[in-house]
Amino acid sequence: MSDKHLQSSQRRKFMLGAAALPLALAMSRMGHAAALPTAQVNTTGLAITDTEVVVGQLHSATGTMAISETGSIQAEQLAIDQINQMGGILGRTIRVIKEDGASDWPTFAEKSRKLLVNDKVAAVFGCWTSASRKAVLPVFERENGLLYYPTFYEGLEQSKNVIYTGQEATQQILYGLDWAKQEKGAKTFFLVGSDYIWPRTSMKIARKHIEAFQGGKVVGEEYYPLGNTNFNSLINKIKIAKPDCIFAAVVGGSNVAFYKQLKAAGITANRQFLLTLSVTEDEMLGIGGENFEGFYASMKYFQSLDNPNNKAFVEAFKAKYGPRAVIGDVTQAAYLGPWLWKAAVEKAGSFDVAKVTAASPGIELPTAPEGFVKIHENHHLWSKARIGMGQADGQFKVVAESPELIEPDPFPKGYQ
Amino acid sequence: MTFDEIFHITLMQGFAGLSLFAVLLLMGLGLAIIFGQMGVINMAHGEFMTIGAYTIFLMSALTEAYAPGLMQAYFPLAIVCAFLAAFAFGWLAEWALIRHLYKRPLDTLLATWGLSLAMQQTFRSVFGPKEVSPTLPDWLMGSWEITEGLDIPINGMFVLGLTLVVTGGVLLAMYKSRWGLRVRATVSNRTMANAIGIDTRKTDRLTFAIGCGIAGVAGAAFTTIGSTGPTSGSLYIVDAFLVVTFGGAASLWGTVVSAFGIAQTQSISEFFLSGSMAKVLTLLLIVGILMMRPQGLFAAKVRR
Repeated sequence: MSDKHLQSSQRRKFMLGAAALPLALAMSRMGHAAALPTAQVNTTGLAITDTEVVVGQLHSATGTMAISETGSIQAEQLAIDQINQMGGILGRTIRVIKEDGASDWPTFAEKSRKLLVNDKVAAVFGCWTSASRKAVLPVFERENGLLYYPTFYEGLEQSKNVIYTGQEATQQILYGLDWAKQEKGAKTFFLVGSDYIWPRTSMKIARKHIEAFQGGKVVGEEYYPLGNTNFNSLINKIKIAKPDCIFAAVVGGSNVAFYKQLKAAGITANRQFLLTLSVTEDEMLGIGGENFEGFYASMKYFQSLDNPNNKAFVEAFKAKYGPRAVIGDVTQAAYLGPWLWKAAVEKAGSFDVAKVTAASPGIELPTAPEGFVKIHENHHLWSKARIGMGQADGQFKVVAESPELIEPDPFPKGYQ
Repeated sequence: MTFDEIFHITLMQGFAGLSLFAVLLLMGLGLAIIFGQMGVINMAHGEFMTIGAYTIFLMSALTEAYAPGLMQAYFPLAIVCAFLAAFAFGWLAEWALIRHLYKRPLDTLLATWGLSLAMQQTFRSVFGPKEVSPTLPDWLMGSWEITEGLDIPINGMFVLGLTLVVTGGVLLAMYKSRWGLRVRATVSNRTMANAIGIDTRKTDRLTFAIGCGIAGVAGAAFTTIGSTGPTSGSLYIVDAFLVVTFGGAASLWGTVVSAFGIAQTQSISEFFLSGSMAKVLTLLLIVGILMMRPQGLFAAKVRR
């Protein structure tokens, strides 16, 4: 990280502190661990000394999911490095124990138990797929651990031991559909997804919203097995249905095949409006910008967001991981984890999981690259929704943004 | 819907079936040689396809860096390189691993599975865990719009053409060349083939390498329709075995017929049912037919 960035983040910290006097007092004690003896900030036997606090990182560095999770690993590491350069948390440097879930859900459960029981980590940043989160959830609840989960997901979950830094389904979907109706005049929708829980739940919410609240029509709904690489029959069905909007949530290797074959079948942006929930800058690497040009994605973050926080973040990320590195929606959400944890620990004046989670609701992070975010009572984030248009260079142009922060609603009434 | 539209959709759907046939055949062909002719259960077949895909990626990056003027023309040459790269790795794998296991066919399953895991992690370490996207020539991506509402995918036609050429080449080589003769002799009766002076070890190595080379060509062609990443190969391996087993392992014609049958069943049922149901229906049909004909559509007429 450059000195320039360090200065600017210290300046922000100062401004933040000035706004909230108690926080400023807490910060003036930073670097003086003696003021906060370990016995006081750690009453549950976590791995914390006077100079160090241990956290865990649990992602897939190998296996199928490494494609997606690498960005999260990098972003969390960057945030932790930056926090350490600012003096750590409550005067303690963060040390990371990295574990590899290897894209295998039982391995995730086993490694989380290792992190919580053997290593006694104060917090874990990790998981990506819902399946891995579901696998570790009972472990975190039994051992009373604390997990920061970065991915946008289907909702229908809330745990006292998890902070969800990505969007739940309604935050990602509803604004996008409203935008499609108002700006693009879309009345008929064709829903396409990979065949597993996230696309199916998302499409269920989308269908409900289109039919019950927008007065629109769903003219087709199709799911293809994960890893399917042939979409020609589907594309013909779309051609027959002639929807105003293709609403897509296809993931993994299928995603690449889907967009390449759409283009080959003559369905390009100048003939068809398409909105997706599953293409970020990371996916664009594989799809190729020229195959997604002019289509739209509904996310909360794009690398091209124009604000000072994001500029500093992108600069620091590229300085650490090379000029060709790209940052997708989930990568940014993963970056928030360590910062939200830091803020909650400082507010609680303790590393105890119970105190940190109790202090979490209401925590605000004005320095987030996506802009101001806030933790809700239900452990999800208030955040904005945005629509980006794909560009040939693999980046997105932000074309719309919700005016207000959108309230997280993991158990949406009327959408079940 | 007007008559014209129905006509266009029928044509495009017909082509969808043909292009799926080409994809299945191309991915099955290399395996038909290795599994069908040699009896080696090559679980790393998908990774040899990935080698082909990454070769295309490397060639496109090199062309972009050193000869940007040739971007429209590099692709055919890159396919040849993909064949050579996969061929070389196949040669190496046979020498290092497979040749020790010919008498233990089930152990080749474990060994090649291990090989596939090792190769996946190697791709990940060398090229990074994220997917990459080779820059393909403009003429290859896009559609041929014959009339309004009738689009034929150019990459689909390309894969179809390439499949016909490769299949023709393999059939010709297998039934008209000295190498083909030696392969067939070794398959029929290894001891006798040895006795009449055929170097069966050399034949084995060449056959395995050619099978891998064809997998490389398939992987290269699939960069136009699918993804290029460390685990892309695993998307194809199940279908490849399905095509070869269903066709009757030892018969190349069986592979052709089975690829056609599976592709049409899949493509037509996908059109009338949902994607996942179509897959279920296709697999049920295959299981049903294999229960009646365990040896596959075309039975081997050889003594093992």
